[in-house]
Amino acid sequence: MSVFEGFRFRRVLSPIHQLDPRVKFLYVCAVFGIAVMFNQLLPLILLFLIQLPFVLAAGVQKEWIRSMKGASFLALMIFLFNFLFTYFYREYPIFPPSSSLLEYSLAMTLRFIVLVESFSIFFLTTSPDRLGLALEQSHVPYEFCFAFTTAVRFVPVLAEEAQTIMDAQKARGLELERGNFIKRIRNYIPILIPLIVSAIRRSLELAEAMESRAWGATNKRTNLYVLKIERGDYILAVISVGMLILAVYIWLFMREQIPSLIPLITAQNV
Amino acid sequence: MIEVKDVYFTYPNNVEALKGVSLNIRKGDFVAIMGQNGAGKTTLVKHFNGLLKPTKGTVTVNGVDTREESVAKLSRGIGFVFQNPDNQLFCETVEEEVAFALRNFGFEDKIIQKRVEWAINLLGLAKHRQSSPFMLSGGERKRVALASVLAWNPDVVILDEPTIGQDYQQKEKLRQFIVQLNAQGKTVVVVTHDVEFVAECNPRVVLMAQGEIVVDGDAKHVLTNAKLVTEASIVPPQISQIFMGLTDLGLPFDIIDVYEARDILLDFLGGDL
Repeated sequence: MSVFEGFRFRRVLSPIHQLDPRVKFLYVCAVFGIAVMFNQLLPLILLFLIQLPFVLAAGVQKEWIRSMKGASFLALMIFLFNFLFTYFYREYPIFPPSSSLLEYSLAMTLRFIVLVESFSIFFLTTSPDRLGLALEQSHVPYEFCFAFTTAVRFVPVLAEEAQTIMDAQKARGLELERGNFIKRIRNYIPILIPLIVSAIRRSLELAEAMESRAWGATNKRTNLYVLKIERGDYILAVISVGMLILAVYIWLFMREQIPSLIPLITAQNV
Repeated sequence: MIEVKDVYFTYPNNVEALKGVSLNIRKGDFVAIMGQNGAGKTTLVKHFNGLLKPTKGTVTVNGVDTREESVAKLSRGIGFVFQNPDNQLFCETVEEEVAFALRNFGFEDKIIQKRVEWAINLLGLAKHRQSSPFMLSGGERKRVALASVLAWNPDVVILDEPTIGQDYQQKEKLRQFIVQLNAQGKTVVVVTHDVEFVAECNPRVVLMAQGEIVVDGDAKHVLTNAKLVTEASIVPPQISQIFMGLTDLGLPFDIIDVYEARDILLDFLGGDL
């Protein structure tokens, strides 16, 4: 559940919270693009560090750290899989595994962490309402915007419901932590089925309630609040595009010159 | 049997739900825990089977501190029927659903069969045994949930809001059923804000408000005490309201039983039936 904690919005006032979601999304896309472009460790470390000021400026350190902790298990899996599979595929009889392999696996892991980091910043600092508004003003059909914001808004509700269901099944003697790996996964069936069924029921009820409140009666909806691009937004947009251009430039012309870190560090130690 | 000693409980979001609650439930008791929404009723009973552990204070069940035992182990002796049956039903048939807990507790197949049979008949679900729980009506689903708990024959049965969503006839059946369970020696704890239901059951009433126990006494005493009732934001049963308004006629005010009321009124009118 802790991964979701990292994506749960809390109403705080900060310069980052007030940025236009569209621009913030541009920023996330830029980070995403750069992270996918490089598979060397150094640029990914830089990318990771660049984002830390955002977290501090938004004052969401606690939640952010929690989401990072939530992602740590997956990150570990990614590292292990990358490391083991590449080792057995490329280097197997040779021992120990080369340092470039280690660096490659670390880079892949860090890529995942950077992605989680940027998405977590985005969702931690953007209220579902503003997100919906941003979609609407980007000319996404209102039905889709509504479906999206509703989905986001119901995540905490579902999390709470999952907790109740877990309690109810525990009270019937279900022990989630019992048995081997397969058994443990099977243990979650009594929790998932009621959760899915009630989510479907809830959505049907919500649909009926909305229809009876004249949802979709007019095609031209107006909004009480309208998003406007302001100075801070321009700055972030310039930063994002600048980062992207720089990254593309490095990727095109200097890719081969990016130093690998592990030889660098070990060389210094010697 | 269940001993709650000076228990405080604070939820992770810093809501203080219980503030120094002490309560002793003895074997064979029939207790109704009442109070308005958010008074801490459900939070309190969730301590009885260890779903919640006290932030401060202790809860002991048969001498065992709930902090030292898993929910599954405690549940063997304490059956908890949740408010919303949809939070626990997941099997393909009613039979499977009732057998689920028995499997978890490691009963033998033969005994499981017997117990399932017994529980299904007890709650009048025989003709639905092969139906999917999801196809049943709200009241029937509630009964399946109840059957699935009674099947393992726990010493204590906790029912969270059993009357919600039940029509009057179902409620009456449920009342008779609960009274019967209690008469057979089961300890019954009911969480509810249905005063009429409590008035008809006439149990020991624990009245809660804002995370504290306001009073702990018999139903007649608690439900007809205007001061206590206002403090806990509940409304006395209708029959008591009538008698509270008729005290000028020299009638007693502390009446919660309809039959008793009828006798008193007949007596007062000098009539005979």
